[in-house]
Amino acid sequence: MWARASGRLWCQVLIAGLAAAASITAVAGPGQQAPDVLRGEQLYGRCMGCHAPAYDSVGPRHCGLFGRRAGSLPGYAFSAAMKAQPWVWNAATLDRFLAAPLAAVPGTSMTYDGIADARERRDLIAYLRALDASPQCRAASPAKHQE
Amino acid sequence: MSFLQISNPAMARRLFLGGSGLSLSGAAVALLAGKHALAAASPAGSTANDVQIINTALGAELEAIAAYQLGAQSQLLQKPVLELALGFQGHHKEHAQTLAKVVEQLGGKPVTAKPAYNFPVDQLKTQADVLRFAARLEQGAVSAYLGAVPLFADRALAKAAASILGDEAMHWAILRQALGEVPVPSAFMS
Repeated sequence: MWARASGRLWCQVLIAGLAAAASITAVAGPGQQAPDVLRGEQLYGRCMGCHAPAYDSVGPRHCGLFGRRAGSLPGYAFSAAMKAQPWVWNAATLDRFLAAPLAAVPGTSMTYDGIADARERRDLIAYLRALDASPQCRAASPAKHQE
Repeated sequence: MSFLQISNPAMARRLFLGGSGLSLSGAAVALLAGKHALAAASPAGSTANDVQIINTALGAELEAIAAYQLGAQSQLLQKPVLELALGFQGHHKEHAQTLAKVVEQLGGKPVTAKPAYNFPVDQLKTQADVLRFAARLEQGAVSAYLGAVPLFADRALAKAAASILGDEAMHWAILRQALGEVPVPSAFMS
């Protein structure tokens, strides 16, 4: 389980999450609690039937998600609906999509009811953002992280 | 004698399946028979959505079958755990066969297994690593089915998905138990 990940991984993810917290504040909104990256990591367990951070599964990998255009990851067979999306994945677009995937992108292959709780979405998105600093994502894309 | 009174689980299962007629294949047949009639009465759009949902689930089941195959061939699993893993793989095969048939009954094309899966083989060095990997997939499967159940236009399919969800949840709990973790960590799944 992720809960037993190495201490180094946890620290790196946590540090990255804290570093990203300021930019996420805009999504969290004034007066809202800062996102909890560790809770987001636990919530990510829900995703792992179809997703993995560093490799494509039933769904696409999540390393490098932030800043990627929707439906553009090379080598993954996205639905036509997702490929037609003009979105770039960021906290706002992920929040909209995760709340109700099929309503946000009708025809998406992500046939999942969504995460209704806004706080859970914030925490999960914070984790997804922090994921890029994890060793598994760095190992999966060394060139990008050497830049 | 009730199967509940038998201490040997394998014998109890045989008696239950043989005596009650409630085998998994029997349930699958009933599901398929029901679907054929219901599909004809469903709007085309809702049927297409249901096919998409089932195909996504089928893709996950096929991946789970491959993952358990990887675990079984890893030579990392000791005999009791290996038997458990192969048993769970058998369940996933039954799920996949049933889901594929339902897709066909609904006029869709079932997804097929990928030629290869990019599992993190380099991270699987012990039996516990394999069990943890499997547990992650099972937990995710529970959540995936839970997220799919409300989306079905056809309530019979939602019920069938919930039936599979229950099986995945048992897998997850037993894998957690094998890992020395609390088998049922909360009162609700999400």
